[in-house]
Amino acid sequence: MLEVFAYLATLVVYDALGLAPDTPLGEAAHFFVESTAKIFALLLVLIYVIALARASLNVERVRAFLAGRNRIFGYFLGSTFGAVTPFCSCSSVPVFIGFTSARIPVGVTTAFLITSPMINEVAVVLLWGLLGWELTLIYIAVGFVVGMAGGAFLDAIRAERYLQPFLAKAYAQGSAAAAGGAEARRLSLRERHTFAAQEVQEIFRRVWKWVLIGVGLGAALYGFVPEGWIEQNLGDGAWWQVPAAVVVAIPLYTNITGVVPVMESLILQGLPIGTTLAFCMSTVAASFPEFVLLKQVMQWRLLAILFGVLLVAFTLAGWILNAVEPLLFAPS
Amino acid sequence: MKDIKVLGSGCAKCNNTADLIAETAGELGVEVQVHKETGPEALVHYSVMSTPAVVVDDQVVHTGSVPDREQIEEWLQ
Repeated sequence: MLEVFAYLATLVVYDALGLAPDTPLGEAAHFFVESTAKIFALLLVLIYVIALARASLNVERVRAFLAGRNRIFGYFLGSTFGAVTPFCSCSSVPVFIGFTSARIPVGVTTAFLITSPMINEVAVVLLWGLLGWELTLIYIAVGFVVGMAGGAFLDAIRAERYLQPFLAKAYAQGSAAAAGGAEARRLSLRERHTFAAQEVQEIFRRVWKWVLIGVGLGAALYGFVPEGWIEQNLGDGAWWQVPAAVVVAIPLYTNITGVVPVMESLILQGLPIGTTLAFCMSTVAASFPEFVLLKQVMQWRLLAILFGVLLVAFTLAGWILNAVEPLLFAPS
Repeated sequence: MKDIKVLGSGCAKCNNTADLIAETAGELGVEVQVHKETGPEALVHYSVMSTPAVVVDDQVVHTGSVPDREQIEEWLQ
């Protein structure tokens, strides 16, 4: 069904614009038109459908559900809720405060915060559409494992010691009534439609530029980096490439919507899967602006630890994936 | 005079909310004091998790979005 977009791109780029198919510009333009059209169409339809189903879920209900759970199960639930709720890094601080003052362990909250920007319906849909279900599953699994392991580690070192003092106090007192705002109101179909329409507008307004930037970068990589260059120079998966990719990527910020087209392009160019995923997930999971925001609730020490945890986790994930790649994708 | 606080860390929506309240109050001729509370402590104090949130005379009346004009008019009554 998605081939229709390749057809559309051929029509626009080669027939209407008259670009030649075998030139860098022609290939880049084709990639750009095909991916943009496909992504926008997928986004429109799927955000709406998923928002209809998700209309009654909000952070207050998630908090009520997470409060007082067993820890191990808590990390899993934290990541799961991170995956199914939409989330923008500008709300990370209020969410962090809300969870912590309901005595939800810092690790569980962190599992939520790490997983949330990496995995959501938009990411899954795009990955599936552009890269196939195998990579989508790998991506989801890595996102969950990194979120849960990162959270568990922070609790193991008792990271709540490094919260900002006002919040450490709120955590100790458990000041928020966790049950507050948790009533599950039944929504009419009409209310769900209103919510879904708003979601589509809002998410679209937020991500359209990331899509263009991401697809533009992907297209430039695809059309202009000489074929085989990435494969020859970075295709061997030397051990240092993964941590180097992660260090470069963590401070960078892009939205997941912008990263998927870049991922597609890098993989098509022969960059090993582990290196690609490590790079892309690091740009999405954490960013310099987000660390600045989190400084309001965490002391420097905890921020540095969090940075370290993400660095180690994504590097390990990249190494493991590079090592098992030949087993996953038998050469055809 | 009503004392209105808008909680949230300076995101665009929080500023819009504060502006809209001030504007509506001006049109209705109601005297209000609108503050923007950008610090995280205020969120703990009012147990608010979704911003922007609106606090009228120390009561949280709205969280999580830019309020409608009708809602604002109601608070100002």
